[in-house]
Amino acid sequence: MEKRSRTFYLLGAFFVLFVLFLYGPIFTIGILSFQGPQGGLTFPMNGVSMHWFRDLFQEQAVGDIWGSFRRSFALGLMVMVTTVTVSVLGGLAFRKRFKGASVLFYLTIASLVIPSILVSLGVGLIFNQLGLPVHWASSGYGSQLTWTLPFGLLIMFAVFNRFDKSYEEAARDQGATAWQTFAHVVLPIIAPSLLGVALFGFTLSYDEFARTLLTAGSYNTLPLEIFGMTTNVTTPVIFALGTLTTIFSFLVIGVFFLLVWVMSRRKDTTSDAGKGMV
Amino acid sequence: MSRQLVAWIQAAPMAVVMLAFLVAPIAMIVIVSFWGATEYSIYPAFQFDNYQFLFGSPVTYTVFLNTFKYAAITWAFTLVIGFTVAYFLAFEVRSLKWQIGLFLVCTIPFWTSNIIRMISWIPFLGRNGLANSTLISWGVIDEPLEWLLFSDFSVILAFVHLYTLFMVVPIFNSMMRIDRALIEAAYDNGASAWQTLWHVIVPLCKPGIMIGTIFVTTLVMGDFITVRFMSGSQRANVGRLISNDIGLLQYPSASATAVVLLCTVLIVIALLLRLVDIRKEL
Repeated sequence: MEKRSRTFYLLGAFFVLFVLFLYGPIFTIGILSFQGPQGGLTFPMNGVSMHWFRDLFQEQAVGDIWGSFRRSFALGLMVMVTTVTVSVLGGLAFRKRFKGASVLFYLTIASLVIPSILVSLGVGLIFNQLGLPVHWASSGYGSQLTWTLPFGLLIMFAVFNRFDKSYEEAARDQGATAWQTFAHVVLPIIAPSLLGVALFGFTLSYDEFARTLLTAGSYNTLPLEIFGMTTNVTTPVIFALGTLTTIFSFLVIGVFFLLVWVMSRRKDTTSDAGKGMV
Repeated sequence: MSRQLVAWIQAAPMAVVMLAFLVAPIAMIVIVSFWGATEYSIYPAFQFDNYQFLFGSPVTYTVFLNTFKYAAITWAFTLVIGFTVAYFLAFEVRSLKWQIGLFLVCTIPFWTSNIIRMISWIPFLGRNGLANSTLISWGVIDEPLEWLLFSDFSVILAFVHLYTLFMVVPIFNSMMRIDRALIEAAYDNGASAWQTLWHVIVPLCKPGIMIGTIFVTTLVMGDFITVRFMSGSQRANVGRLISNDIGLLQYPSASATAVVLLCTVLIVIALLLRLVDIRKEL
């Protein structure tokens, strides 16, 4: 192996520092959530215990953590499925030029960069004036889609920009219908990217705060619950909760990566492409 | 069915969501910004009171200025850090496997909770936090530094922590598309490493830098939660102005501020978009 330059080591050190900067704080609260029962929000550790985790699993003095977790989980799944479906359809639409395409494209980009509080406020106002109750599964769900769909669509753009059209042409030449071409040729090829869209859909929804703030109604999602806790909880129980939900996020991310890996392996080993002629 | 019709049907769900949850809410905000409010209710009207009050109050200008300050400082830090990290990944790491792996290491925090990531700074920055106790034990300072937490410093630190990724990703994307032959050509023609960086790589990364810039400035300008949490409610930006009004049920006044914020953000984006075509970059 050729020798590395000094720049490599300098930049490598910078990179390591950056990663420490990214992950350091979250690991710190991971450690601090094992504080002893008398421990506070910062070091030193006052003994080591599972006290604060146990606290979470007991009947809560503050809020409804498990209820809000269930709601966030359900909402995450709803948003995930919708994001994948709508983004794929949108991606397909944008491949054919259609009237209004650029308007829709700029709307989607606007949806991404617009201050989140505007979505929250506007949706809240509309529901109020229409006399509809705000609820996480209606107004909250819609508001979150304005955050996840742009990511989904942008990923689909990236996917289809790199997509080799000759596969589709080959399928059509062999007499496949439009639906068959999509289901048996396009979809299997883009499937790993769809997992990426799903990952964005779920995690962005699960952690969404600003757009859900005024649109979730009286039943909080988990991030709202956690934010509520920051104002009135001064014990490491909030660290324990933060640690658990971060571990949950890591697990979700891990599952998605695992699925992508399994899929790409299957494609490598079980495909009979190229063998037909032998 | 014609291609056009199929495309419309496929685009319809996206369009419906955008109309119902983006266009309609903004229209609603614009309408309500002309309404009036009593202490506990709002009533339809067409008056400019909210705007008059907004532009008549010196607080507004201070807060807008503060918002721009946060955006500018955060932009500078995220750009320098993001560019350096992306450069390391794109040009110094040589195998694709490692590039992807390390890139994912940078992106994973993006899929975790922002609020938890903010909370996790408390043990570091607090009066008795890690930073202070380390500095004291090293003898750098005698007294704990008070400005570490609940200050502009902690606000910007959190912004940089949360949003640097939005610089890394587009710049890395731009860098990966640079034809390596161009860099060799620069070296062959006698350019130094700095000259290559400045005259070859940076210009070719401009689209990525622009996209990152749009992300970071709009996220920071629209933020209200980071400023509130990391400053312990001691600093203000436009987002907090809006959320305070919402807390007081002064929706018309909140709407007026929101409209002005939206216009400001759109102007900033329009200026930036003149410099790059996003769709070509994906």
